[in-house]
Amino acid sequence: MSKLPNKEKALGMYRQMYLIRKYEERIYYLFLEGIMPGTIHQSTGQEACAVGMLYDLRKDDYMASTHRPAGHDLAKGVSLRGMMCEMFGKEDGCCHGKGGAMHTGDVEVGALVANAIVGGNLPIAAGVALAFKMQKKDNVIVCFFGDGATNEGSFHESMNAAAIWKLPVIYVCENNLYSATTSIALTCNMPNPAADRAVAYAIPAEVVDGNDVLKVNEAAAKAIKRARGGEGPTIIELKTYRHGGHSRNDACQYRPKDEEKHWFDRDPVKNFRDVLISTQLATEQELKTIEKAIESDIDESVEYAQNAPFPQIESALADVYWEGK
Amino acid sequence: MALLSIADALKLAIAEEMRRDPLVFCLGEDEDIPGGMGGAFTVTKGLGEEFGYERVLNTPISEIMLAGVCVGSAMMGMRPVADLQYGDFLFCMMDQLVNQAAKMCYMSGGKVHVPMVMRAPCGASNRGAQHAQSLESFFTHIPGLKVICPSTAYDAKGLMKQAIRDDNPVLVFEHKLLYGSKRKEKDAISTIGEVPEDDYVIEFGKAAVRREGKDITIVANLMMSYKALEASQLLEQEGISCEVIDPRTLVPFDYDTVVASLQKTGRLMIVHEDTYHCGWGAQLGSWIAENHIFLLDAPIVRVAAYDVPIPFSPILENHVIPSKDRIVEEARKLMRV
Ligand SMILES: Cc1ncc(C[n+]2csc(CCOP(=O)(O)OP(=O)(O)O)c2C)c(N)n1
Ligand SMILES: [Mg+2]
Repeated sequence: MSKLPNKEKALGMYRQMYLIRKYEERIYYLFLEGIMPGTIHQSTGQEACAVGMLYDLRKDDYMASTHRPAGHDLAKGVSLRGMMCEMFGKEDGCCHGKGGAMHTGDVEVGALVANAIVGGNLPIAAGVALAFKMQKKDNVIVCFFGDGATNEGSFHESMNAAAIWKLPVIYVCENNLYSATTSIALTCNMPNPAADRAVAYAIPAEVVDGNDVLKVNEAAAKAIKRARGGEGPTIIELKTYRHGGHSRNDACQYRPKDEEKHWFDRDPVKNFRDVLISTQLATEQELKTIEKAIESDIDESVEYAQNAPFPQIESALADVYWEGK
Repeated sequence: MALLSIADALKLAIAEEMRRDPLVFCLGEDEDIPGGMGGAFTVTKGLGEEFGYERVLNTPISEIMLAGVCVGSAMMGMRPVADLQYGDFLFCMMDQLVNQAAKMCYMSGGKVHVPMVMRAPCGASNRGAQHAQSLESFFTHIPGLKVICPSTAYDAKGLMKQAIRDDNPVLVFEHKLLYGSKRKEKDAISTIGEVPEDDYVIEFGKAAVRREGKDITIVANLMMSYKALEASQLLEQEGISCEVIDPRTLVPFDYDTVVASLQKTGRLMIVHEDTYHCGWGAQLGSWIAENHIFLLDAPIVRVAAYDVPIPFSPILENHVIPSKDRIVEEARKLMRV
């Protein structure tokens, strides 16, 4: 079993995981009800990956996400209101309504605009890390990608560059066993598509239970230390599973029922809650209080976002080029 | 004032900007390996010695990574100046240029910007179809990118310095036969010209009138601006007076200078080495037709590369890209309208 964090950190992590879970659930219903425009790729079931990896980052460290960004963004500190308003296409959205569900992010808190091109964020993260290195800053960047992204050319090119230049980047593969509807076993001959390839670049790699937030956090701590210390990149492959379909249209009929059961039984949020209770890091009452507060924050954010103004239509023509601010 | 080739003027521009701003750095394949060429066309040769190999990066042959690293580092405040060796390889990094660099500012609601420069040597030079294209029109179609094409040593320095200072992604198309670098290429034109030592920049969106005339306005960029000048000399002897305008930057484009010229001439010819179909001349021509058709005394003429890949054999290559003779021929026809 992993070393337990202190109470404050443990509750902080739980708070974030619960926030992500409830946020995604609420978004799901808003879509089903036809209230929210756009598309969704949800991170329900993968909360431990986001929180475990990002919890120890500093605000001025960075994070690069994918088409499935909500968990990462919330864990990196993008405001709930900013996220919710962006989903509704509102002016107060974290991208002023120009990003949408696949491009949420806010550089004010070190969350790059999420990237909806599979593998598109990998070289960009290398560039961010190169800038840190050239500017002699001790910042790091955590770059998330899916199992499917490991088959992109950008994966190979980016890992190789990160390795030769010893960049302060942590490449985190959330291996949820599927890229959209395709099992990763069909598209990669390696059992661990990211970690097994690390040897090709001489990058240290680790395979970790991505549903155990404490294990993820332990791996993160090591990798962050390495990166901050100038020792270069790490590849972390997190085994995890999404609870819902790939996107809003996916009824998810390609996954074996016993596989789903195996993973659903290992629910990262519920499991961590059980750990908190069984180790007496928290009481049932404390957790209930946290949960209630989060649920009402989410209610508030939905209410706010629904009533918030849309952007001025002229803004559609602005920000094509940077005019200086 | 020094006499420099375009290659040396570009080098000087990059070096001056690197001295001025510690956030400027350059990178590319074979960028400056001691004993090597300095990119494919000598532009970056020797920069490593002055600035060190932490600011002059010799990269792996990884175009996606090269462009992505520019995007990421630029968002963090660096000012990367990347060299692509051959513009044809732009297609290997298309996602990073078009989906990433061009859209980051917009998608973030104006919270980030991407001050990067991508240098793309272009133009046909007896190297065959994959090292020959003039791709500048392609990128004029992408909102969020700027596209420039210097054709003199003076412009090369001023435009490159402006590109490095610009806060947006800038693609710089540099014609292989105009570099005037030490390694002499067949059909190369000497671009050696006077380049001031002072710190000047050339604003984007300001065309240069290379030659004044009163009968035909010829708008031509890069190598074609020289072909147009040669043709104009011949035409002059026949009593046809051509005004030659080099747009210098395609995005932003200086329509005003073209309009002012048409007010004198009433005849428009556009010449580019890029292919005919949807080349930037199509945009210019239709814009003039939409907005200033009554300035025209004759149909607009576009002289461009034929819509084929660039062939190797010199006789075929010369046939495909616009020649001085084709320009002369088209000008004569235009005067007969
Ligand atoms: C370059 C590119 N190709 C295809 C797609 C369409 N697409 C979006 S997500 C996805 C699956 C990605 O799988 P993975 O990398 O495992 O991430 P996950 O969805 O499992 O989080 C695909 C094919 C895309 N967005 N970008
Ligand atoms: Mg996946």
